[in-house]
Amino acid sequence: MDALTLHRIHFAFTVTYHYLFPQLTMGLALLIVILKTMALRTGSEKYNVAARFWAKIFAINFLLGVVTGIPMEFQFGTNWSEFSRRTGGVIGQPLAMEGVFSFFLESSFLGLFLFGEKRLSKLAHWGAAFLVFVGSWISGFFIIVTDAWMQHPVAYHLLPNGTYEVSSFWGLMMNPWAWLQYAHNMCGAVVTAAFVMSSVGALYLLQGREVQFGRIFLKLGVITGVIACIVQIFPTGDLHGKYMAKNQPIAIAAMEGQFHSQTGAPIVLMGQPDEEGQKIDNPIAVNDVLSFLIYGTTKAEVKGLDQYPKDLWPTTLPLLFYSYHIMAGLGTYFVALMAVAGFLLWRGKLYTARWLLWPILLSFPLPYIANTAGWMTAEIGRQPWLVYNLIRTSAGYSTHIGAGTSLFSLLGFLGMYTVLSILWILLVYHIIDKGPETAETLSEGSSLTDV
Amino acid sequence: MGALWYWIVAVMLAMYVVFDGFDLGVGILMPFVARCDEERQQALRSVGPVWDGNEVWLLAGGGTLFFAFPLVYASSFSGFYMPLMIVLWLLILRGLSIELRSHFDDPLWRTFFDGLLVFSSVLLAIFFGAALANVVRGVSLGTDNYFYLPLWTNWRTGAFPGILDWYTVLGGVMALLALSLHGALYLCLKTEGDLAQRSRAAAGFLWPIVALVTVLAIPATVLARPDSLANYHQHPVAFLSPVFVVVSLVAIVIAQRKRAELAAFLASCLYLVAMLCGAAAGLFPVLLPSTNPAVPSITIAESVAGPHTLRVGLVWWTFGTLLAVMYFCIVYWLFRGKVAKRAESYGH
Repeated sequence: MDALTLHRIHFAFTVTYHYLFPQLTMGLALLIVILKTMALRTGSEKYNVAARFWAKIFAINFLLGVVTGIPMEFQFGTNWSEFSRRTGGVIGQPLAMEGVFSFFLESSFLGLFLFGEKRLSKLAHWGAAFLVFVGSWISGFFIIVTDAWMQHPVAYHLLPNGTYEVSSFWGLMMNPWAWLQYAHNMCGAVVTAAFVMSSVGALYLLQGREVQFGRIFLKLGVITGVIACIVQIFPTGDLHGKYMAKNQPIAIAAMEGQFHSQTGAPIVLMGQPDEEGQKIDNPIAVNDVLSFLIYGTTKAEVKGLDQYPKDLWPTTLPLLFYSYHIMAGLGTYFVALMAVAGFLLWRGKLYTARWLLWPILLSFPLPYIANTAGWMTAEIGRQPWLVYNLIRTSAGYSTHIGAGTSLFSLLGFLGMYTVLSILWILLVYHIIDKGPETAETLSEGSSLTDV
Repeated sequence: MGALWYWIVAVMLAMYVVFDGFDLGVGILMPFVARCDEERQQALRSVGPVWDGNEVWLLAGGGTLFFAFPLVYASSFSGFYMPLMIVLWLLILRGLSIELRSHFDDPLWRTFFDGLLVFSSVLLAIFFGAALANVVRGVSLGTDNYFYLPLWTNWRTGAFPGILDWYTVLGGVMALLALSLHGALYLCLKTEGDLAQRSRAAAGFLWPIVALVTVLAIPATVLARPDSLANYHQHPVAFLSPVFVVVSLVAIVIAQRKRAELAAFLASCLYLVAMLCGAAAGLFPVLLPSTNPAVPSITIAESVAGPHTLRVGLVWWTFGTLLAVMYFCIVYWLFRGKVAKRAESYGH
């Protein structure tokens, strides 16, 4: 493999692995704030116990998010030095702001939230949970601003030495792409957390233990899940897609598998793109729908890939097609599952509907896959550009770092992250297995309260 | 404006060294001062609520370097590729060892995490010291302002040195000793009982060695980079740094004698800051010195980001850093007092 490919896999792997953790913690932070709010309002201790249980799972995922996140900031410089040199004046800004505004906030108040419950008043402890939530959502915002500038560069100008500078700070922060992507992404994080919480709730109810907490988790998970799954598709996904169609039409054509321009373009629900033959194999398609989704009328012409020179086509086009279809397909399934669960919850039948508790239990990995596929859609869709229409990916990497060196550190991360995965499974399984009640009785002098 | 950002980055790195320095030091000293599981828990509890926040100074400092001096960030991070990857792995292992230890009741697991903590803390201290020494000594820049140093060559300084040579190894050893002393003084301040006693003894043992290496470092630096005193001759005010180094070293001993633990720890903070300021003052306005005679060093003027970026940055940086300082005050104030063995000093 050549150096460029290895540097790309290096970043892709480490960032994909990293995002498994923040997508849960950002969503979970919100759900924990809701639990703490319910504890404050009802005065019922069970919500505090529930919050404490999820705080333990939060803490482990937060830790793994931190330790896998540090390599991300380093890799801009180590593996993508040309990109960093030329764009640091722009994207260095939101990245540094993330550190200053978010990481200090999160790290300070997470300690207070995890260890300070007895020392703080009830309201102050709620405040600590709330600030951890705010910190993690600010962090997400600055990362999205960074990515959005690469997707849709705004508010910059080129300096004589070939580097870029911010021309308007607010222009950078108010990049419409950033806000659409942020809404879509944070909603996705809430979907992950809602599914994980529902899944644990379903597990307890199916096992017939911790029933009180199983019901709380299921109720909160399903209610937030219904809202988040719908908002995920409409309006956030819809608006994001339309904005993308306007600004990255090539990416949209590739995602949808539109090799040829046509009016009344069909939507391809399934199929395998054949880049050589410029067609979709084994397609299952519905006529006119794509034109309607993008332009609001079935007669509109959707430009196909044939309108663009081949060197502007996204590289690894089939992967882009699959990522997008996996994301959209799973998103549809989420709405269906949560709608049924929400209906049964409303009718008061959810807690005993074992036939539905099973799919809820088993579905927790799917939002992780959908969120990952969504990010792959965005980032592969941006190819062959590193910064859209400004810097090609092939012009951004560290040319003086050889393929062998990059492979060495990639293998190192693969090994290191395998160990992290094993520890994660051990610890999270252990916490869920112990359950909220038992964890509560053991909280003196054990586990997180120790440190 | 560029000069201001130079000192902002220097201050953020100094904050990192002072804050994360003590929890690294605690990690290094663990096997020597904490003999049983309760004492190890006590040592870990003394850094538990703060280590993560301390480490953020590294990230925030790195991010600030990225946006204020993109060329330096790009050149140095890629040039030090291999050692940085190792630093990343060590940071991962260290975070795990601090946070996950208490999740396992089995003594075998706990011993494993203790070992991991010591291993990663020792190596990180050495790597950070060696990294700083690399920046002081300079690197063999190419004409495109990039470089790629081998981990070692012939262990000599010169036009084409390796990342590790006699000077940078000395820097690594020095960081290891200075942070150990820093950690020992922190443990004296924050803990009580046998752990504090042994930390006191460790500090007493480490002090003369740190003082000796500090004295050695001056001629060593002049040897490794002959023009490193040029700034000092031009701006004698720079000599304040070595004066503060000496004053703080003496203050550590006096404070320790008087059992003024806070004063001793603060003197150690001053020592670290003075050492770093001394290095920064010697380098200014260079950010990355070149040992390659054909290529000039990277200076502020050459690498600084555009003027608008810096002006806007100053507004949010000031605001954000004030917030961060406020958070630190809240956390350290709530965490005030000594951590007792087995006691419930913080939290549950």
